[in-house]
Amino acid sequence: MAFLQIDHMTKFFPSHSGGSPVCIFKDVTIKIEKGEFVTTIGHSGCGKSTLLNIIAGLESATEGGVILNGREAAGPGLDRMVVFQNFALMPWMTVFDNIRLAVRAAYPDWDREKIAAHVHKYIALVGLKGAETKRPTALSGGMKQRVGLARAFAIEPKVLLLDEPFAQIDALTRGVIQEELIQMWNATRNTVFMVTHDVDEAILLSDRILLMTNGPGARIAENVIVTIPRPRARVTVIEHPHYYKIRNHIIHFLVEHAKHDDVEVASGASDGKSPRVVDFDKESLILR
Amino acid sequence: MSTQGQPWMISVFLLAVFLTGWHLFTLRPAFDPKGKTDEQLQLMEFNGDIVRTPEGGYAWNPEKEKVKGVPGPLMVFDKARMELAEAFVKKGTNDHGIAYLVVYTVSRFAAGFLAASVVAIMLGVLLGLNKALFQAVNPFIQILKPISPLAWMPLLLYTVKDPKWTAVLVVFMAAIWPTLATTAFGVTSLRKEYLHVAAILQLSWFKRLYKVILPGAAPTIVNGLRISFGSALVAVVPAEMLLGELGVGYLSWIEWNNLDIAGVIFAILVVGVVGVILDSGFNKLAGLVTYQE
Repeated sequence: MAFLQIDHMTKFFPSHSGGSPVCIFKDVTIKIEKGEFVTTIGHSGCGKSTLLNIIAGLESATEGGVILNGREAAGPGLDRMVVFQNFALMPWMTVFDNIRLAVRAAYPDWDREKIAAHVHKYIALVGLKGAETKRPTALSGGMKQRVGLARAFAIEPKVLLLDEPFAQIDALTRGVIQEELIQMWNATRNTVFMVTHDVDEAILLSDRILLMTNGPGARIAENVIVTIPRPRARVTVIEHPHYYKIRNHIIHFLVEHAKHDDVEVASGASDGKSPRVVDFDKESLILR
Repeated sequence: MSTQGQPWMISVFLLAVFLTGWHLFTLRPAFDPKGKTDEQLQLMEFNGDIVRTPEGGYAWNPEKEKVKGVPGPLMVFDKARMELAEAFVKKGTNDHGIAYLVVYTVSRFAAGFLAASVVAIMLGVLLGLNKALFQAVNPFIQILKPISPLAWMPLLLYTVKDPKWTAVLVVFMAAIWPTLATTAFGVTSLRKEYLHVAAILQLSWFKRLYKVILPGAAPTIVNGLRISFGSALVAVVPAEMLLGELGVGYLSWIEWNNLDIAGVIFAILVVGVVGVILDSGFNKLAGLVTYQE
């Protein structure tokens, strides 16, 4: 059994017009090994954020469940920390207090000094030394998300859930923070599940990329292995021969599925149940 | 300097214009005995309209002048000087110095407003967190909210049988609704991510309340308190008048009963000053709990 397993999960939303419930995604199964960085890409509205929220325990699935480390994970918990798209920092608290709130919750038996030292360590790790007493309003978007990352890493969760973490950050800063994230991840080797619609971001950060079809009734259609060795950096990763193959493959998938939902037409070999594996190291398997 | 000048200079100028205008409009010509017979003068003196001056002439009776027309600024100033000189004197059960009256009104206001705020914030949080309860209770709040707090007074007086507490309860009734409604609104419209973070961090119910919900809703709650504050301040003066409770509102009424119009004007000014003092205190408190998004 995988470290984190999303097991035959289906989600229905009640219809706004009062009709029959709308199926967001259907029979989604994802297996993530310990220390793996897995990303899901799909068009907005395909339900990828809902999927992440269900893993976090913030929403509930209609069918199926989440198994973490051999046990069912129902409801939110400190073992699955989310980095939110709009940061979700408490604006009435300083940077230090925002992180301390989380650390105190995660380690209730630590004393004051130990908590403070731990918070300072993670503030230093994201390069925010000197900004401890600032409030989130006084920070740029990039700095806010650094605080969000520090808060998430500081409680050392079993799984880190990144919900389009860099979508609200300007393009130049985004690249810098992505590399900072790589370094933090290299140091901790956390298990990460990320949701994004930025293809370059997904290739730079992930071990595997799951491609989701458009909803309603969305499903994971393909499982793309990022066959670019680590450590990766933004400048070197684009020089790898597989980079544009993977990128073009994903963009082709996204464009195809913007036009029509019919998965079988685009991915051919898919049996409609388990996602088709795309691995450019075994290029002979790629039909396209 | 710009053509707009200094604002405080304009304020002083406007005050000077107002006081001069007030003085000129309320000025009465000195008594002129010309054209009046001795019998007529004697009759007027007998009626108390005029008095004999030490020089042997006649002048208007200053006691009767007090209720003729509107008193000028000088008369109000004299009255204020007299009242302030006796600010800390208690002359009798119903005649306390102005400083005492201010303290009575402020403490009555504070008791009613604070009690209402505590109750309203607690109830508001409860309703804000429980959507179904909020929807169930909301119609009652909507009906109770527009009722003038003074309309409750006879019922309150009948039930508590004590004018002192009735006055406090009138302030309470004036202050509770706006805070209750806005607190409930502030809690329901709290950004979902804050609650998500609290849920992931597994904060206890109590910690969730005072680390996340209350500070998160604080700016909205303060807005409600501000509205409550205003309506409570408006309610305290007539409550004192109607109940005969010693205070600055009562002062205005008692001076009216004395037909001392200068006293009434002085009392009105005191009400204004008390309002400014309370308001600045409130703003200081509000500044402590609000934040910027």
